[in-house]
Amino acid sequence: MTHDEEEIIRKRQRERSRVLAILLGLFVVLMFAITIAKMSINQ
Amino acid sequence: MTSAVTATSLPASPRDLFALTKPRVMSLVVFTGLCGLLAAPVPVHPVLGFAAVLCIALGAGAAGALNQWYEADLDAKMKRTASRPLPAGRMTRQTALHFGVGLSVFSVVLMDLAANHLAAAILAVSILFYVLVYTVWLKRRTAQNIVIGGAAGAFPPLIGWVAATGHVSALPVLLFAIIFLWTPPHFWALSLFVRTDYANAGVPMLPVVAGVTNTRRQIALYTLPMIAAAIAPWAMGLTGWIYGAASAILNAIFLALALAVLANKATEPKQMAPEKRLFAFSILYLFAIFAALVIDAKVLG
Repeated sequence: MTHDEEEIIRKRQRERSRVLAILLGLFVVLMFAITIAKMSINQ
Repeated sequence: MTSAVTATSLPASPRDLFALTKPRVMSLVVFTGLCGLLAAPVPVHPVLGFAAVLCIALGAGAAGALNQWYEADLDAKMKRTASRPLPAGRMTRQTALHFGVGLSVFSVVLMDLAANHLAAAILAVSILFYVLVYTVWLKRRTAQNIVIGGAAGAFPPLIGWVAATGHVSALPVLLFAIIFLWTPPHFWALSLFVRTDYANAGVPMLPVVAGVTNTRRQIALYTLPMIAAAIAPWAMGLTGWIYGAASAILNAIFLALALAVLANKATEPKQMAPEKRLFAFSILYLFAIFAALVIDAKVLG
């Protein structure tokens, strides 16, 4: 595999990692918000 | 791109994974699910309501991904779908399968945590129904594929309602019936002017199997029970006059367009303006009738 080909794959991997990091961050925020909402309903 | 780095040897791009969820179809699913949730006669915590609608969207996206995983060979044969990620070779089938299954499980588990067991169970049934009953079993075998398969797209308002209330009652069942009976005229109008595509792919859609005249008759016939289901919430006293008036107007237009399709004798897609009009209006119809339901519920209580 040439340097250019490796670079194409690395670029795609970086793009996917960025999106995954954002989605995981949003998931954590959503789970936190759901927990608080459930607690406020049960009070 | 060189031969060593082919499109399918690259990790799938986030954009293609998103395309796998059929975002345009998802918009109608999300809207009807949201309307089911908002029409429910109980207050819903905004965060839990958002999470429930998100789960409906993710479940629909997962079902769409699994549909594309199974139908990659069909999609490659049809102009309308040939540029999707799998037939275009931008993704492996295994990636689509893993993405679809993962998203299905995630959406059902999250629905269970955010709403209730019943909403999660109906969401799971809707995903399985779309993938196993419609995609795998019916689509390639019978011209009744979208009649029965239409149930899969009818679940979202029911799920939205159950996510809010925790139980099933008459109104969400009628909302299910509206979409279930709306699906055949909607899809058959489309399949009339793209029937060559379906015929080439070997999909036994009604115009391919039974001809255009018979399909036009079936569109008109299915419009009648759809109208009955759409009027029923008002006739049974489950909604107020706002929904009743909107429903009467929308159904009158739908019927007029369906009759125009019945009167059309053309066999060439270029001369199928009435079919194209009915297809376009049917989308507006569903948005408008569900919007009227929510406005009615919020204004008249």
